[in-house]
Amino acid sequence: MSDEKKRTGFLGRLFKRNRQGDKTQEKDVLNEEEYLQEDETKPPEETESDQKIVESKLEDQDEAKNLLRLKTGLTKTRKGFLKSLDGIFAGKKELDEQALSRLEEVLLRADIGVQTSYELLEQVTERVKRREIDDPAKVIKHIRDMVRQSLEHVESPLRVGYGTEPFVVMVIGVNGSGKTTTIAKIAARHKAANRKVMLVAGDTFRAAAVEQLQIWGDRIGCDVVKGKPQADPSSIVFEAMDRAIKDDFELVLVDTAGRLHTRIPLMEELKKVRRTLGKRIPSAPHETLLVIDSSMGQNAILQARTFNEAIPVTGIAMTKLDGTSKGGVIVGISKELKIPIRFVGIGEKMDDLRDFNARQFAEAMLSVDEPVGD
Amino acid sequence: MLEILSRGFRDARQYLQGMRTLNEENLGEALKIVRMSLLEADVEFQVTRSFLDRVKEQAIGEIVQVKVKHKDKKLKVTPGDHFIRLCHDELVRLMGPADVSLNFPAKAVNSIMLVGLQGSGKTTTAAKIARFFMKSGKRPLLVAADVYRPAAVDQLKKLGQDLGLPVFADSSASPPEICRLGQNQALELGANLVIFDTAGRLTVDEALMDELYQIQQFTSPDNVLLVCDAMIGQESVNVANAFNKRINLSGFILTKLDGDARGGAAISIKEATGVPIKFLGMGEGLDRLEEFRPEGLASRILGLGDVVGLVKDFEEVIDEKQAEQDAMRMLRGNFTLNDFLSQIRTIKKMGPLQDVVEKMPFFPGGLPPQANFDDYELVKIESMINSMTPSERMIPDAINESRIERIAKGSGRKGNEVRDLLSKFKDMRDLMSAMGGGKLRGRWKRLKGIKRMFSGGLGNLMGGDPSASPTPDNPFGLPEVNKAPQVSKKSLEKQRKKNKEARKARKKSRR
Repeated sequence: MSDEKKRTGFLGRLFKRNRQGDKTQEKDVLNEEEYLQEDETKPPEETESDQKIVESKLEDQDEAKNLLRLKTGLTKTRKGFLKSLDGIFAGKKELDEQALSRLEEVLLRADIGVQTSYELLEQVTERVKRREIDDPAKVIKHIRDMVRQSLEHVESPLRVGYGTEPFVVMVIGVNGSGKTTTIAKIAARHKAANRKVMLVAGDTFRAAAVEQLQIWGDRIGCDVVKGKPQADPSSIVFEAMDRAIKDDFELVLVDTAGRLHTRIPLMEELKKVRRTLGKRIPSAPHETLLVIDSSMGQNAILQARTFNEAIPVTGIAMTKLDGTSKGGVIVGISKELKIPIRFVGIGEKMDDLRDFNARQFAEAMLSVDEPVGD
Repeated sequence: MLEILSRGFRDARQYLQGMRTLNEENLGEALKIVRMSLLEADVEFQVTRSFLDRVKEQAIGEIVQVKVKHKDKKLKVTPGDHFIRLCHDELVRLMGPADVSLNFPAKAVNSIMLVGLQGSGKTTTAAKIARFFMKSGKRPLLVAADVYRPAAVDQLKKLGQDLGLPVFADSSASPPEICRLGQNQALELGANLVIFDTAGRLTVDEALMDELYQIQQFTSPDNVLLVCDAMIGQESVNVANAFNKRINLSGFILTKLDGDARGGAAISIKEATGVPIKFLGMGEGLDRLEEFRPEGLASRILGLGDVVGLVKDFEEVIDEKQAEQDAMRMLRGNFTLNDFLSQIRTIKKMGPLQDVVEKMPFFPGGLPPQANFDDYELVKIESMINSMTPSERMIPDAINESRIERIAKGSGRKGNEVRDLLSKFKDMRDLMSAMGGGKLRGRWKRLKGIKRMFSGGLGNLMGGDPSASPTPDNPFGLPEVNKAPQVSKKSLEKQRKKNKEARKARKKSRR
């Protein structure tokens, strides 16, 4: 048995090394935040006018349509279920075991996770007990409000500051989360606002990933910077930064290879790409966007946490919300990490990338068949 | 917070540790903990519920059974072990029976159709499956039926090129047409297995779901496999059901299991659709496709290590004879840096460290967050040892400061890293010679030692309370795992004594 002990000792001592450089990264975050704030405020005329162009597309009229889109997928499978929930509360003054367990089911099925669901239910029961909610039938609405409130803290659309230097967005995520499509959609949005947009094909690993981005670039009409297949992504990124400065690009979107957050060498590679971005433009990347597939379960929390530990994530995009998944895991993520949620992807078309809206999201996630916005 | 939750399973076991019997009350608490663990592993809500009902039913029926007969051996089982075994067995039962064979009726060209959501890994899996069946003599043809995602066809073409396989694509035809044309051309292209890579789609997209139906009508594939991301959440059941309803699935493949997803979808999908799991995708390399084995995945979902899988890995990698010789020498105190290097290489051969360690049972709740299993660490150590002269490797004590400096320069590391390595090495050597101080027993050959380590020796590290540790030859009360030779109580006690002495010796040497 001592043989075994020796082994754990061996493995343990060998590999339980604390990661160095975490502290320096924290510093980076601070610097970056400062910079971002500066960047937002510095050129007010330019930024504002641009925001108007971009945001005018997302006015209220669209909002209803948006919500409808989100909801079509979501409500389809849920209607019957939530109806039966109504019956449970009918004529009751308190939340009994049965009602609570049905509520829990609603939350868990939305991928909200055990811990977060438990906390939400705890709060709601407390309120019912204190008679703050006198009608148990309204419990779902209250939970939805709580979710909305917590998500409102992270509702913060991406403000692209057009200053003297290119605004650099680095897009990261696990395999198949929708990074390249999200990049294309962001590019299309800003291209429509007559901005000079560059795409950087940093995914040199997956077969034909570069071609995929090139096709998007051709469709949208923006430049794509590529390197040789299997090249070090950092070298491509470096070159791209050079060109971005030289040719006065305003927005640079850097694609990276999808990677599972558990692959440490690949996470190191990601750190290197990030460092390289900062070599020509010290403040870059101005945004590190983590793309999360909304059909993901609780593993998404680990994803967000690990990516954020490797390189500070400054924004999240939730993709594939046009399906039947509710993306409830984002509640736990935002509670723990408080990273702004920038976008939601709700379809395959170019304009199907919307700014995240906490109210819409919470309503779509925990929708009951009642008029929207009451 | 999540770590605490995912350790649930171990907690449940510990909770039951002191109990003499299982009853409704203490079982309720343990079930609650297991429930949490399953939900955190993304097992679907309803599936979790029915799973627990079944476990409960069985457990209560067998309250008094703390002694079981397994393979002609009488084993003493604690209520905790018993409970875990029930959970494990039930999971295995639900996910099994392992039916990894694909349907290849006797005809000129067989076919496999792959379907799934966007980004689940269909294209990569298509290439992996092609490679898998090439090994058994099939000649696959890849058919690129994803005309929607930009460059999806290029991707498949490149993968085909890497494998030296023909790829059929037709930019002017519709996906059902492409599949039909591809199938018809298979013989001409010298292929006898057609693999259709279809586009990713949402189950609510009627038009695209209809397209799948058409492809099926046009080609009547022998196998229709759903490719599903192991990280998928509660929607797994709805997604699988939607595909299964439209086009009868014959099996499914879980991808991206090389991450830390617990893969609860496996049981959810199996339970909901009844179709068997065929393969597991374990990495980006085209060779990282494994046939499904319920035991390993059951342990993973429950938060136990994949004990069986690891033992298998070790068996594959270790040269038994060499290992024996090494062990003898090392225990005599002749542990050199060369041995150290070969150990590192052995570990490296087993694949990414993360995988190796995850399969071990000491981290039932996932790896502790501070544990940083960096494969690069091994590379560093290897490079440092490689920068030493043969005599330095044999007699590390001769390495002085100037040598350290040279080694550091040669390997591109810092002097401190070399010093660190040397001191770790010396610790290990001291430990080993202390261990080998007594009479060397045949039983202590390295390989067997390692095997025993996974078959129970370390079990008490997990449980904490040594008296309640799993029986040495049946760590979790599971069958299958029980591969190590029986250890008698006497020798176990002797070994404990020896351990104690070794610890003392180590303490002394540190002073």
